[in-house]
Amino acid sequence: MTARDTGGRTLGDTTDISSRSGPAATLIPALTVTISLLGLCLLWSLAANAWPSRAFPGPGQVWQVLLKEAASGDLFYHLGATLGRVAAAYVVAIIVGSVIGILLGSHRGADRFFSPWVILFLNIPALVIIVLAYIWFGLNEVAAIGAVAVNKIPNVVVTMREGARALDPSYAEMAAVYRFGPLDRVRHVLLPQLQPYLAAASRSGIALIWKIVLVVELLGRSNGVGFQIYLYFQLFDVAAILAYTLAFVAVMLVIELLLVQPVERHATRWRRRPA
Amino acid sequence: MQPVGAAVPLRVDIAEKTFRSAHGVSVTALKDLSFEVRQGEFACLLGPSGCGKTTTLRILLGLDRQFSGSFQLPEGGSRRIAAVFQEPTLLPWRTVEQNVRLALPKSLRAKNLDGLFNALGLAGMRSLYPAELSLGLARRAALARAFATEPAMLFLDEPFVSLDGRTAEQLRRLLLTVWSARPTTALMVTHNLTEALMLSDRIIVLSPRPAHVLGMFDIGLPRQDRNPQAMSALLRSFHQKFPGVT
Repeated sequence: MTARDTGGRTLGDTTDISSRSGPAATLIPALTVTISLLGLCLLWSLAANAWPSRAFPGPGQVWQVLLKEAASGDLFYHLGATLGRVAAAYVVAIIVGSVIGILLGSHRGADRFFSPWVILFLNIPALVIIVLAYIWFGLNEVAAIGAVAVNKIPNVVVTMREGARALDPSYAEMAAVYRFGPLDRVRHVLLPQLQPYLAAASRSGIALIWKIVLVVELLGRSNGVGFQIYLYFQLFDVAAILAYTLAFVAVMLVIELLLVQPVERHATRWRRRPA
Repeated sequence: MQPVGAAVPLRVDIAEKTFRSAHGVSVTALKDLSFEVRQGEFACLLGPSGCGKTTTLRILLGLDRQFSGSFQLPEGGSRRIAAVFQEPTLLPWRTVEQNVRLALPKSLRAKNLDGLFNALGLAGMRSLYPAELSLGLARRAALARAFATEPAMLFLDEPFVSLDGRTAEQLRRLLLTVWSARPTTALMVTHNLTEALMLSDRIIVLSPRPAHVLGMFDIGLPRQDRNPQAMSALLRSFHQKFPGVT
C-alpha cells in the first residue's frame, strides 16, 4: 500500500534524524502519523467494498496499478518529467520573485507604481496564463515552465516584499561601517533575515507549483503525471489516476522530509539553542 | 599600526543638520558644530540626552549624508573605521567568532584573535550565538569586533548603557585594557560624566539642541592615576569650568 509504504519509510527517517535529541519524543508523533494514515486506508477500503464500482477502486487495486506502472518504468519516467518541471519552475519563481519582492520592499516609490501590477498578476487565473503562454510561445517546455513560474511569481513577490520591509536597518548600517562586500552582505546580512519569508514562499510555492504543472502537462505536454492523468481520464481508469496522484504526493512528502526540513533546521540552528 | 605623525586627526566642521518630520516640522539638531580629535587621543563627546550626539556620530560614520558642512577622517594607515553601537548589533545567525571575522577585511580574515578574545574574557564563547550571551558579553563581542579590525579611527556610541553599574565598570576597564594595548584615535559619545572622566584624554562638552561645542576639558592625568580622590578632584574642576553641565 502506498500510504503505508511511505509512512513506514518516514517513520524510519524521522527516528533516525532525531534519535540524538530524545527518541521517545519523536517516536510517538511518527507512530501517530502512521496509524492515522493506516486508518484512512482502512476507511477507504471499507467504503470501496460497500459501494463496488469501477469509478471507486479500493486501495488494493490502486496498489496493483502502481506496481504495474512501476514495473514497466512508465511511472518513473512520468514522475521524473513532472518533478523536473516542478524544480525548474520553482527555481525560476523563487529567484525572480525574490529579486522583484526585495526591490519593491526597499523602494517605496517603485512599490507604489508596481503594486497594481502585482495585484493584477495575482488575480489572473492560472489557466489563462497557461493558455496564453502556449499560444504565444508554442507548445514547448520553455512556455510550460514559464507559465508555471509566472503563476507563482506574484505570490513570492508579495511574501518577499513583506520580508524586505521587515529588514532591520541596524544590520545594514553595521555592514556599511565595517565595509562588508556585496556578496557578504547578501549572504550574511540579507538572506538570514529573509530566511523565514523564503521558507514560507517555498512551502506554499512547492504545493501550488506542482498542481499547476499538472494542468500545464494536461494542456500541452506529452509526458508527466498531468499527461497520464488526462490519458486515464479519457479511459475512465480511476485506479490509474489515483496511483499516479498518490505516487507523486509520496515523492513530495519525501522531498519535504529529506530536503526541506533538514535545510530549514540548518538555517534556524541559531534560534533553537536555549539562551 | 599607522606611522606616527603621518595621520591627520579627525576634524569635524558641521554647519547644520536639520531633521524634517513627517508632518513637515523641521528640527535643527546640530548648528556650527566643530571640533578636532588629535592623533591617538581618546576623546569623549559629552552632552545631555537628545542633544544630537548620536546624530553627529551617524554623520561621521557615513550613515547620514543629509547635512551641510564637512568632516575629515584620519588618513594614512589602514584608513578603516570601526564602531561600537548603542546596541551590540551582532548578527544573531552567526557565532561570536564569525561576527568578529566578518568585520575584518579579506586579507585579515584568518588572523589570530586569541589574544583579543582572551583579553576580553570571550575565549570560551567564540562558538556561541549572540542569543546565548548576556548583554554584557554581547557588548564585549562588539568591542572585540571593533578592535579586531585595527581601525584608524574608533567610534563608540554609549557602549555601556543599560548595563548594571558593576558590569559597566568592568567593561570600561576591559575597554581601557584593549585600547591601551593598541592606542587608537577614538571618539566616544556619552552622557555619563564619570565615564568620560575615567576613560578619556579630553572631553568635548556639547550644548543642548541644537548642539554646538561649549568647550573642551583636557585631562592631563594618566589613566592609572585616576583613583577615587583624583576623580572627585577632576569632577570638581569640571564643574567649576562648566557650572551648568551635570
